[in-house]
Amino acid sequence: MLADKDRIFTNLYGFGDPGLEAAKKRGAWDNTKKLLELGPSEIVEQIKKSGLRGRGGAGFPTGLKWSFMPKEVKERPHYLVVNADESEPGTCKDRDIMRHDPHILIEGCMVASFAMRAHACYIYVRGEFIREREALQRAVDEAYAARLIGKNNVHGWDFDLYVHHGAGAYICGEETALLESLEGKKGQPRMKPPFPANVGLYGCPTTVNNVESIAVGPTILRRGAEWFAGLGRPNNTGTKVFCISGHVNKPCNVEEAMGIPLKELIEKHAGGVRGGWDNLLAVIPGGSSVPLLPKSICDEVLMDFDSLKAVQSGLGTAAVIVMDKSTDVVKAIQRLSYFYKHESCGQCTPCREGTGWMWRVMTRMQKGQSTPAEIDLLYEVTKQVEGHTICALGDAAAWPIQGLIRHFRPELERRMAERNKMAAE
Amino acid sequence: MSLRRLAPDEMQPQSFAFNAQNEARVAREIAKYPAGRQASAVIAMLWIGQEQEGWVTKPMIEAIAARLSMPFIRVLEVASFYTMFNLIPVGEHLVQVCTTTPCWLRGSDDVVAACKKHIAEKPGEISPDGKFSWMEVECLGACVNAPMLQIGKDFYEDLDGPKTEALLEAVRSGETPKPGPQNGRRSSEPMGGPVALKEVQ
Amino acid sequence: MARKLIIDGQEIEADDNITLLQACEQAGAEVPRFCYHERLSVAGNCRMCLVEWVGAPKLQASCSLQVKDIFPNKDGTPARINTNSPIVKKGREGVMEFLLINHPLDCPICDQGGECDLQDEAMGYGRAAFDRFRENKRAVDNKYMGPLIKTVMTRCIQCTRCVRFATEVAGVPELGATGRGEDVEITTYLEKAFASELSGNVVDLCPVGALTSRPYAFNARPWELRKTESIDVMDAQGCNIRVDTRGREVMRVLPRTNDDVNEEWISDKTRHARDGLLRQRLDKPYVKKGGKFVAVSWPEAFAAIAARVAATTPEKMAAIAGDLCAAEEIKALKDLMTALGVANIDCRQDGAKLAAAPRAGYLFNSTIPGIDAADAILLIGTNPRWEAPVLNARIRKAWLNGNPRIANVGVAHDLTYPVEQLGERADVLEAIASGSHPFAQVLKDAKRPMLILGPGAIARADGAAVLKLAAKIAAETGMIGPAGTAEEGGWNGFNVLSTAASRVAALDLGFVPDAGGRDVAGILDGASKGEIEFVYLLGADEIDTKKLGSAFVIYQGTHGDAGAHRADVILPGAAYTEKSGLYANFEGRVQLAERAAFPPGEAKEDWAILRALSEVLGKRLPYDNVDAVRHAIVAAAPHFATRDAAPRHPGADPAIWNAVGTEGAVGAAPLASPITDFYLTNPIARASETMAECSRLFVSGAAKLAAE
Repeated sequence: MLADKDRIFTNLYGFGDPGLEAAKKRGAWDNTKKLLELGPSEIVEQIKKSGLRGRGGAGFPTGLKWSFMPKEVKERPHYLVVNADESEPGTCKDRDIMRHDPHILIEGCMVASFAMRAHACYIYVRGEFIREREALQRAVDEAYAARLIGKNNVHGWDFDLYVHHGAGAYICGEETALLESLEGKKGQPRMKPPFPANVGLYGCPTTVNNVESIAVGPTILRRGAEWFAGLGRPNNTGTKVFCISGHVNKPCNVEEAMGIPLKELIEKHAGGVRGGWDNLLAVIPGGSSVPLLPKSICDEVLMDFDSLKAVQSGLGTAAVIVMDKSTDVVKAIQRLSYFYKHESCGQCTPCREGTGWMWRVMTRMQKGQSTPAEIDLLYEVTKQVEGHTICALGDAAAWPIQGLIRHFRPELERRMAERNKMAAE
Repeated sequence: MSLRRLAPDEMQPQSFAFNAQNEARVAREIAKYPAGRQASAVIAMLWIGQEQEGWVTKPMIEAIAARLSMPFIRVLEVASFYTMFNLIPVGEHLVQVCTTTPCWLRGSDDVVAACKKHIAEKPGEISPDGKFSWMEVECLGACVNAPMLQIGKDFYEDLDGPKTEALLEAVRSGETPKPGPQNGRRSSEPMGGPVALKEVQ
Repeated sequence: MARKLIIDGQEIEADDNITLLQACEQAGAEVPRFCYHERLSVAGNCRMCLVEWVGAPKLQASCSLQVKDIFPNKDGTPARINTNSPIVKKGREGVMEFLLINHPLDCPICDQGGECDLQDEAMGYGRAAFDRFRENKRAVDNKYMGPLIKTVMTRCIQCTRCVRFATEVAGVPELGATGRGEDVEITTYLEKAFASELSGNVVDLCPVGALTSRPYAFNARPWELRKTESIDVMDAQGCNIRVDTRGREVMRVLPRTNDDVNEEWISDKTRHARDGLLRQRLDKPYVKKGGKFVAVSWPEAFAAIAARVAATTPEKMAAIAGDLCAAEEIKALKDLMTALGVANIDCRQDGAKLAAAPRAGYLFNSTIPGIDAADAILLIGTNPRWEAPVLNARIRKAWLNGNPRIANVGVAHDLTYPVEQLGERADVLEAIASGSHPFAQVLKDAKRPMLILGPGAIARADGAAVLKLAAKIAAETGMIGPAGTAEEGGWNGFNVLSTAASRVAALDLGFVPDAGGRDVAGILDGASKGEIEFVYLLGADEIDTKKLGSAFVIYQGTHGDAGAHRADVILPGAAYTEKSGLYANFEGRVQLAERAAFPPGEAKEDWAILRALSEVLGKRLPYDNVDAVRHAIVAAAPHFATRDAAPRHPGADPAIWNAVGTEGAVGAAPLASPITDFYLTNPIARASETMAECSRLFVSGAAKLAAE
């Protein structure tokens, strides 16, 4: 188990005060100026060395992403935009950072903005997180008052931080949809290229990062890239806040080392699967978008990007959704299909039309109103959505169904047979 | 998701204006964005308007559009795209029940049943006393505290059927129950006390 | 910059700044698309144009990828793009299936049937198995978008072309897509009518039958129609059109693509005044007997005229050419009047103080494509949105692409782009001409400054003086640049915006008073005083006919409009769709309109009427067929030999510019466009019920609302 001394989010549960003084005691804002003295290039280099991969789902190397920003500020200002539109079902980690440890995030914004030569940063908080937005705003106000940020602050890098509030759209977690939303439009993803590092917010160079990715930055710089890289496994380094929900005895968030075995994570921190490990049916290991894993894989799999990819799933946001044997697994996935249909922005054809189609077929399949041949059809439809859309929402809608068919096809067929039998009687 | 359109004309008020306090908030929101980028404040202004009126009205959309130099249709697009904007009147307390898979796994059906019993059979319907309306919503992002619901600005977590009923009755009687977990834990730590971060406390 | 690509095995060199879709087309590949349109911004949403970039993990939407974003292979060989590989076909079939699952298969009752992009592409990419989708199809409520656009929104595939057109080209951002996911709805704000003079173009842009033409609804099928290339006469831009006829009837008017004139847009008047071709038509010769019109034969009508001509001396005779005339009849009438010794002829019904020379003094010299290059534009007494809506869209396009400074002298209008209002009166021009006005410096600093003089500036008593001021401004601020087109580096920023389709040809052919002759005002004045006793109106309806006094009036034209009502003899002519005619647009571009239908009843082509009359009058015109008329036209105005090209700017010549306009005092009245109702500017439009409805809705209704 990760030692407490290696945990970054030491007030994750909010037992301590989220305010500035308490945060400082926990180590935030500790000589931040010294971190900035490393200079932008060295900060980026350190983040690269730490092996940090984006914590928002895709796992793109954070340092590399930062290095895409122009090295010089020309007529267009640079922006950092922090993605706090946490909406992936199963995921509630950024919420804890914002309400319980906001100063870690704010300091991270300062350092990352400096590294990317940005004087302004927007934090896009999902609409439903009203109290979290208020908590974050309180902390921002404190930081301004203490001249930690703002014009002429103690760190010598003019830096404005703004909290922007969404209004209910999962798609705004997609970085370009988020930028559209931030510009006052519908959250419809943009085509890439151009990438935000070139044409982002207001047409200016912009980097969009997840809350957790930004918040861990100062600690990495303070304790050294080697420290972070030494946690977890190669290419899957550091700590990660996991969210364990569903059929466990004690659902919780916990910061753990990357690569922790799934079983250990559940048993040690979440009080084990309801009814014992053998009562486990399946786990969605990385938020609703990744394919589920049957118990047989859960027994051994490690919780990191590469290990989960190897079993045709993904770490995603590290939101572990546990289902015990009482679960109607078809309904569980059907409900996710509804989610994606509800959240499709409607811009591009495969997602707009495909999410509805998939949900409707799933709804019938849940009741057994289908045929085995239609399972193949459904699978093919998911393949027609996947990879053909502007953004990844299409893929995210397709994968859970693909996972279900891959691992629970017999269950789907059993329902059909049962229903046919009933109909015949 | 059903069609999101403005409420019919007969429900629409004649006019809209931000009150003085909200005018100040609007000014602060617009000031967050660079000159010429004031459209960025459209969501914030719709929020403030909705807080003031309870829902998003047609004159509100037009007033905000005029204020931000946006065509009406662009503001309508935004108002209809983001599902937290209520385009029809809602109850004094809007109860939003998360029913997405993580909450459903932990019994959101019972929470919904409690809402049906204590508010109205159908989502969107205002309760006979006018105090509530409820709706099913997608993942609210408190999955380790499932099932949960949102009343106004606050999350109420770790619910079950009876707890939800008690909660609604308390709100009905004018109380403001303490938000957060309703089963005794602090926040997202495991029930019975954290395994991690023991030393730090 | 260009780079090499291998498209379907064929190596091509493609410009960096075009899209992969365009590069594929250059390589000869056909790429299906619904949302992509080369005159609109790229939306990338239909996903039909998927192609394979060998080595990329996913298929690429070729519309949204620029050639410069396609990097070569690691070994330096050009990137390979496949547009017809099995995975591309499969990908497109998938997209097509998604488009069709919620699209009604109601082609037999859909007005788009037979000319529907979705229908066409479904032939190539539709799956044979239609039983895969078992769910109910989505139904979408129809939306009201005004009198010209019929909506069947269930057919909408959410390509957003219409939304982008409204926002980008029309500059009237009233269309949008509300809601999200599969519930996205295309609509105007609260279903108001789409208030743009260019609204009909969304019907052409719609790739399916969601937006169709309301006046044309269920009138014809495309395969029943005969398609004729023609030129529009509703304004003087000479928009290229296609006239679709069934039998004698013009069923619809559509734009033809011509990048130098109208790109592929036309105004709603061009498109929808067509029902005016059927109503109020003059289909027989008439002679007024005892205060009543009596139908007569052609020889009787000619005899009545001949009797009157014989009884009248030439100085008491006059002729006025109307706004819709083709060059052929203008030439014929001019020759006839010359033969009769009549000096009182004029084509300037609106009283524009334009002289027949120098030619550059009455043309739109910058040319239409030249607007794209302008970096400062001074509008004078014009409302281009009503005087030439497609031109206005071109100015808007220049504003979108290059952000030129645009200023206005005259009554201000909402032109869909920002305009600095400098004042309403002509004295502002004096200040600009003298250099004392700050905008003079803007013009001087601009590389390609231009001014546009509308009828509001020159169709007034002091019009010649205003024209002079404009010529001075042009000379003083460097508008008259080197010779050649804008592309060649030449520049002429002096532009007169004529609104009458006949105007430039008539001036070219000298249809203005001969020495000592009367202009339109003089003719009317003379007629009311009894000094003019015989007036020949060739489709002239825009004059105050009450002033014709007791003169004997011949009206040769198409509609029972003002001129015909006042006439003593009516000679039924052919409308612009019913004859082969040459028109010179405001740039001086000569274009040929082919005959699409025959004139009604006994009506005849106009030059032929005049040719026949000339014989009766003993002044036989020397041409027996239309080719001979055109030879005569070219002999009189040699530039008529060149068609479809704007005149090339010959370079600065003070002799030309000093001859434009007349020195004089300018009045205090605001420079105001004479057009008070866009939809009712000519006899055809005034006979159109569709135009009447638009006028009620967008002009008189809107004015009433504003007054309230």
